[in-house]
Amino acid sequence: MRMPKDAGDALDDEPVPATIEELQPLYRQMLAIRRMEEASAKAYSQGKIGGFLHLIIGQEAVCVGATAALRPDDYVVATYRDHGHAYAKGMTARSMLAELYGKKTGLVKGLGGSMHFFSREHNFLGGHGIVGGHVPIAAGAAFASKYRGDGRVTLCFFGEGASTIGGFAEGLALAGLWKLPVVLICENNQYSMGTPMYRSLAVEDVSMRALAHGMARDRFDGDDVLKVKQRIAIAVERARETNEPTLVEVVTYRFRGHSMSDPGLYRTKEEVEEWKRRDPLGRARSLLVELGAAEADLHALEDDVKAEIADAVGFAESSPVADEYLPYVIKE
Amino acid sequence: MPVISYREALNQAMVEEMDRDPDVFIMGEEVGHYQGAYKVTQGLLQRFSERRVVDTPIAEMGFAGIGVGAAMVGLRPIIEFMTFNFSLVAIDQIVSNAAKIYQMSGGQFWVPIVFRGPSGPAVQVGSQHSQALESFYAHVPGLKVVMPSTAYDAKGLLKTAIRDDNPVVFMEGETLYGTTWEVPEDEYLLPLGKGDIKREGSHVTLVAWSKMVWTCLDAAKVLAEEGIEAEVVDPRTLRPLDTPLIVESVKKTGRCVIVEVGWPHAGFGAEVAYQVQQHALDFLDAPIERVCSDDVPMPYAKNLEIEVQPQVEDVIAAVKRALYLA
Repeated sequence: MRMPKDAGDALDDEPVPATIEELQPLYRQMLAIRRMEEASAKAYSQGKIGGFLHLIIGQEAVCVGATAALRPDDYVVATYRDHGHAYAKGMTARSMLAELYGKKTGLVKGLGGSMHFFSREHNFLGGHGIVGGHVPIAAGAAFASKYRGDGRVTLCFFGEGASTIGGFAEGLALAGLWKLPVVLICENNQYSMGTPMYRSLAVEDVSMRALAHGMARDRFDGDDVLKVKQRIAIAVERARETNEPTLVEVVTYRFRGHSMSDPGLYRTKEEVEEWKRRDPLGRARSLLVELGAAEADLHALEDDVKAEIADAVGFAESSPVADEYLPYVIKE
Repeated sequence: MPVISYREALNQAMVEEMDRDPDVFIMGEEVGHYQGAYKVTQGLLQRFSERRVVDTPIAEMGFAGIGVGAAMVGLRPIIEFMTFNFSLVAIDQIVSNAAKIYQMSGGQFWVPIVFRGPSGPAVQVGSQHSQALESFYAHVPGLKVVMPSTAYDAKGLLKTAIRDDNPVVFMEGETLYGTTWEVPEDEYLLPLGKGDIKREGSHVTLVAWSKMVWTCLDAAKVLAEEGIEAEVVDPRTLRPLDTPLIVESVKKTGRCVIVEVGWPHAGFGAEVAYQVQQHALDFLDAPIERVCSDDVPMPYAKNLEIEVQPQVEDVIAAVKRALYLA
């Protein structure tokens, strides 16, 4: 299926064809991410995790669906809200939770923490804490792919709050000008920390920013993981085949605060409840049942996820603390 | 041995390294078709094509970040800032990304990139285009900071910087491009972190880098006529700093004058002074002297611009204070 190059504005509700085989693994990933985030929140409230902790609960379909459209050698560049993207790209809950706990066995040896997940093995280029500052990095990885002709595509995730900063604007300008194989995914979760869109953006449609750079765009709801996969796959294919970048806006919602310290007083309970009715996990599960998945199978899957996260928490708890930092300043 | 300009030396270094390694490319404003705002990249486009000599729009944060991303996945970018004054709009890429990714990733990703371009006060271009920013970058762990004073140093250090696996901030002297020095035809590399004695002397140690090395050499000539032999120590890289070389010289002379074209407050010379007193206190026969620019944005008028910056006579006066001759 080919979308027209300019598919902005189109928040269509056309159902995406689904099979249990395709949906079930994506549901499992989303569920694991949610359980991992819940375990992180619990450990945070117990004082076992420090610093900033930005949970992705509510937005799981975006990172899971988008990453499902990639090859393993494709690159992903993410923000400080990176746990879901890392899990979807193949990193283990053990390595991530151990990182949050500041342990030696952590993904980045206890040196990065929640906001700075990286994995060379999984072509995961971070985990970046400066809003928009990673957009040029993603363009740079795409530049390298085009330079070498290696056929890889880079996915770059950011929020709608990043669409006002210079790094975003310059990254887009150069990706558009040089036709770099990157898919820029705006996870529009409606709030830039505590500021709603109408107070931070003059337009409702973030994907319109693509027009200034001669770039393809797309825009759709992010509660259907299969739709995310299908639509991102179109942009990925465009990047791989023609080097053309795409700006994709996926409309979503985070159920929790911006970070653990945010009680979310800037939005109403009713609004949050309304979005929770569109929970991508609930939607995927109902669809699986509709497609004929056996409840027993789903329960088994859910128990398996529960065990995976419990094991990861145990691993994080029992791992030795981080103990070296000097070797990672300058590469000899 | 051929005598070539600082500009030609830098150009040769890039040509040789781009010939040697197909992963090296250069990117920046006017580096290609225009042949370089300061002509340092002259001829590169013709030799290496648009694929490896990439003209950019005016977007320092964008192309500096593209360099960081490309370096993370194995290319070896040279990012030219038309002047280091413009690096300030890209400093997030240098400080938050290039300098930290090796650490943040627990050693999984490194950033072999060179940020280079002219730096330091120029001539009558006003305060936004005329300032010394090395103290900013020298402050940051994860970076290397190189400030060559001669054509010979410029070539050998740039070749090493391009081969280094870490981000290197390579600050060329904007007023040094036309200076000449003997540069061998055979390939050579100079290590980062090793200073050089530019002139030997026994009475006082002058520590200076980039353009101020030349000011110190001129001052040393005048002082020699009065029987004062100044040793001029050029650390060449500010990070890592060749502290032992400076300390050994001060142990020999017992006096130390640090000359920098930057501002005095929290300037790099203060760190040098700290290192010297820490490691050679018992050898000092006088307080350490610093000669800096005045603590002001650079004025435009030629006479004021000269007045603000360290001149030969300022260095001579500081030396005489250190020798209790003033």
